[in-house]
Amino acid sequence: MSTLPDPAPEAPSAEAPVAEPGRESLHYAVRNPKLIIGVSLVAILLAVGAIGPVLLGDGNPNEYVGPQAAAPDGTYWMGTTTFGQDVYAQFVHGLRATFLVGVVGGAIAAVIAMLVGFLAGYRGGVTDEILNMLTNVVLVIPALAVLLIINAYMGVRSVAVQGLFIGLTSWPWAARAIRAQTFSLRTREFVDLARLSGSGTWRIVFREIAPNMSSYLFMMFILLFGGSILIASSLDFIGLGPTEGVSLGLMLQSAQQWSALQLGMWWWFVPPGAGITAIVGALYVANVGLDEVFNPKLRES
Amino acid sequence: MRRYFARKLLIYALTFVVAVTVNWMIPRFMPGDPVSAMVARARVSQPEAAEAMRSYYNNLFGFDEPLWQQYLHFWGALVRGDFGISIFVFPTPVGDVLLDALPYTLGLMIPAVLLSWFVGNWIGALSARRKVLDNTVLPAGYLLTAMPYMWIAVILAWALGAKAGWFPISGGYSLDIQPGWSAAFVLDALHHWVLPFLSLFLVALGGWAIGMRNMIIYELESDYASYLSALGAPQRLIRRYAFRNAVLPQVTGLALQLGVLVAGALVTEIVFAYPGLGSLILAAIQNQDFFLLQGAFLFIVIGVLIANFLIDIVYVVVDPRTRTGMAGGTS
Amino acid sequence: MTLTVNDLRVHYRTLRGEVRALDGVGFDLADGEILGLAGESGCGKTTLGKSLIRLDGRMRHAGGTVTLDGDELPLSDDRAMNAYRFHRISLVPQYSMSALNPTRRIGRMIRELLASRGVTVDTDELHRRLALVGLEPDVLDRYPIELSGGMKQRAVMVISTLLDPSVLIADEVTSALDVSNQQAVVGALTGLRDKGLVTSMIFVTHDLGLTSHIADSIMVMYAGKLAEKAPTKALTTGPRHPYTKMLIGSLPQVGARHKDRPLSGIEGSPPSLLNPPAGCRFRDRCPLADSGCAEEPPVVEVAPRHTVACWKAA
Repeated sequence: MSTLPDPAPEAPSAEAPVAEPGRESLHYAVRNPKLIIGVSLVAILLAVGAIGPVLLGDGNPNEYVGPQAAAPDGTYWMGTTTFGQDVYAQFVHGLRATFLVGVVGGAIAAVIAMLVGFLAGYRGGVTDEILNMLTNVVLVIPALAVLLIINAYMGVRSVAVQGLFIGLTSWPWAARAIRAQTFSLRTREFVDLARLSGSGTWRIVFREIAPNMSSYLFMMFILLFGGSILIASSLDFIGLGPTEGVSLGLMLQSAQQWSALQLGMWWWFVPPGAGITAIVGALYVANVGLDEVFNPKLRES
Repeated sequence: MRRYFARKLLIYALTFVVAVTVNWMIPRFMPGDPVSAMVARARVSQPEAAEAMRSYYNNLFGFDEPLWQQYLHFWGALVRGDFGISIFVFPTPVGDVLLDALPYTLGLMIPAVLLSWFVGNWIGALSARRKVLDNTVLPAGYLLTAMPYMWIAVILAWALGAKAGWFPISGGYSLDIQPGWSAAFVLDALHHWVLPFLSLFLVALGGWAIGMRNMIIYELESDYASYLSALGAPQRLIRRYAFRNAVLPQVTGLALQLGVLVAGALVTEIVFAYPGLGSLILAAIQNQDFFLLQGAFLFIVIGVLIANFLIDIVYVVVDPRTRTGMAGGTS
Repeated sequence: MTLTVNDLRVHYRTLRGEVRALDGVGFDLADGEILGLAGESGCGKTTLGKSLIRLDGRMRHAGGTVTLDGDELPLSDDRAMNAYRFHRISLVPQYSMSALNPTRRIGRMIRELLASRGVTVDTDELHRRLALVGLEPDVLDRYPIELSGGMKQRAVMVISTLLDPSVLIADEVTSALDVSNQQAVVGALTGLRDKGLVTSMIFVTHDLGLTSHIADSIMVMYAGKLAEKAPTKALTTGPRHPYTKMLIGSLPQVGARHKDRPLSGIEGSPPSLLNPPAGCRFRDRCPLADSGCAEEPPVVEVAPRHTVACWKAA
């Protein structure tokens, strides 16, 4: 789900514009099982993606190194493909690509969403109308369909460019949510005060408004991150993934293309899907945990 | 209300223009020389197909014409329903190829989306603030919604198809049955339909259940719920209101999720070689059949726009505020 | 006596321990009395209002009793309290603007609410009461979003008092309104009492000036305890507690708002209620304090119906 619930505005009172002391959030954070489980899982997978390839000597994971279509054993932990590629080597390299596309896509989408959302929500009026229209248009166009066309016409594709285009198409829902939040914050006293003291739009946005919804922005980035990974894996699977290297989605694609299913080679298609599910699922669970940390109402009493 | 629909229609019209323009622009503004690159990359065996492709592309791109004329021609062809000729199933018009595949995609998507929405909302509402259910529904929901559609499809195909042998794992119907309205064909098609449907249904189900659970919890913490509690209203009434109000963002959520659901349907079809748009898109990519791909893009956009409009109508029905003439609901 | 509160203690559970938001408060509310409850934010006035009708999840009833028309309220038993809520003790909440279900027509919501409490709606009576606060009967066919803030507030007042409760708690009902609306709301509340639709009322506010217009008597709280309680006239003209004196001294013209800000006229801030110091809690800010104030001042009646908790007040 890429919809955040409408947050209960983090209603700090007029005198305390900066949300609850960080110490209290931290206290709940280190005691929230959802957050701990989610973050640990992401950290472990990230570590595997970062260190795994190094331990394997950074060779090309697509090389034919072992026996063909071998089930997992001591040498090839996740078995080998029909061509004798090491599935584990592909998996650890694939994790890297998956995290990369998540970060690039999520970050670009978050930046656009913030620019559009803050500007529309803070300025209002004609600016808001135009940006809102733009947001709605991009929101309605199915991102994957656009990405299909773009990627199909692109001869050479890289993970970073894939992330870039995913970011360019997946920001609207986040922009909408930020706009709504900004809208409710811009009439608060501390914003008025900043305005009266002659601060410019972006200064007010980044000094007064953004800090007040920082937790919300962070949670939004997590959802955009997870969303990018899922879209990228779909693109890879359709055959429009990076033309070089390996990703978890590409692994699924080649498993599908070479009938791993019919051949019963479960070790070929289970790990990449499980990897994606684990990353995205852990991010979502961490996100709920964060929501509970930042929003006292949701803490179980 | 009239303003609400006028605004929505304006957005959809604009979206359509943008989509068509993007569709027109991408082949023209991507680096390289598209015509020769495409003709070279297309592994077309029949020479007449290659020739048709080259001349059609040249005609379509019309590099000797000014850009605005190319653009107008593009629209002209579109209005006539002319999406070009498919290379993959040469020389069938792209429109016909897509229309043949459409029923399979719709037959898969519509039941999966609607059923997952209703069942998911129901499960989510049940689990909100009920400890035991919540502790099972929440993890299961997050697991499901985090799964890539194609992966759950592969797993289901492997477990229930290849291993258990209960369902076929490939195609929309058995090859030895003539498609038609015979009982044998319908049953066979249903049999082939189960696994792709289930894949789509399950992933979407997780998302709706979680969404509903979270929405209800927010609603139960809202001011009107506190007020009713302070007046001693029974939980039953408060939960009923909370559910009613939590459904609204879920309807909006349905519109927001359409793109993701379409993407899910496409990759699911590919896993099961189900004869819908997804399999066509895969074939188009593998055969460098750009007309087919661009046609499929427009079909999807039009489909999503229509679905959005239907959801808008539903929203007006379920959210009374949109009918009061006040600025209720989402713009 | 409609309501008798005796040594009421309500604590908030927090990370660092229990905050004694209400630390032994006692007072009486006579039949027909409107009691103004005033004090800085954090003094416990809102907690007191909430305690009388519904403790939220983080609040704990730590001691003391509340007697309503002779019956002791089961404060810590959420279910048992339902019998009293709405019928005998009711609330106009601070969040009146958003207290109505946005997707129900107001009339239908009222019917469903009453039905859930086993009461049927007397339409004529409902119309009459709406007219009393200046609302047309057709608001019943409207959604809350179609009403202005002031209208919603008045609609909530009518709903809350439909069952003629003995006690109505009006919690900061004026803080979100402009001055003219404040006057209208205050007038409507007094009207409800004068018509006998509610027997007595507790008017919680940080606006001492406004309180003096509506209340028969005023109770000033400080740091979870009673500071002074007296008939309005006595309290505004002859306050005994130094805190009350300072409050009144720093009182701007009637109706202006304080916005829960620490009163500019009084230096310092109230002590933490996590581990409140022994003795008088105001002594760090009190110009009159001396070593004797290290001992807790008892609540004494210095004049008829005028009680003060201060060593210097006698």
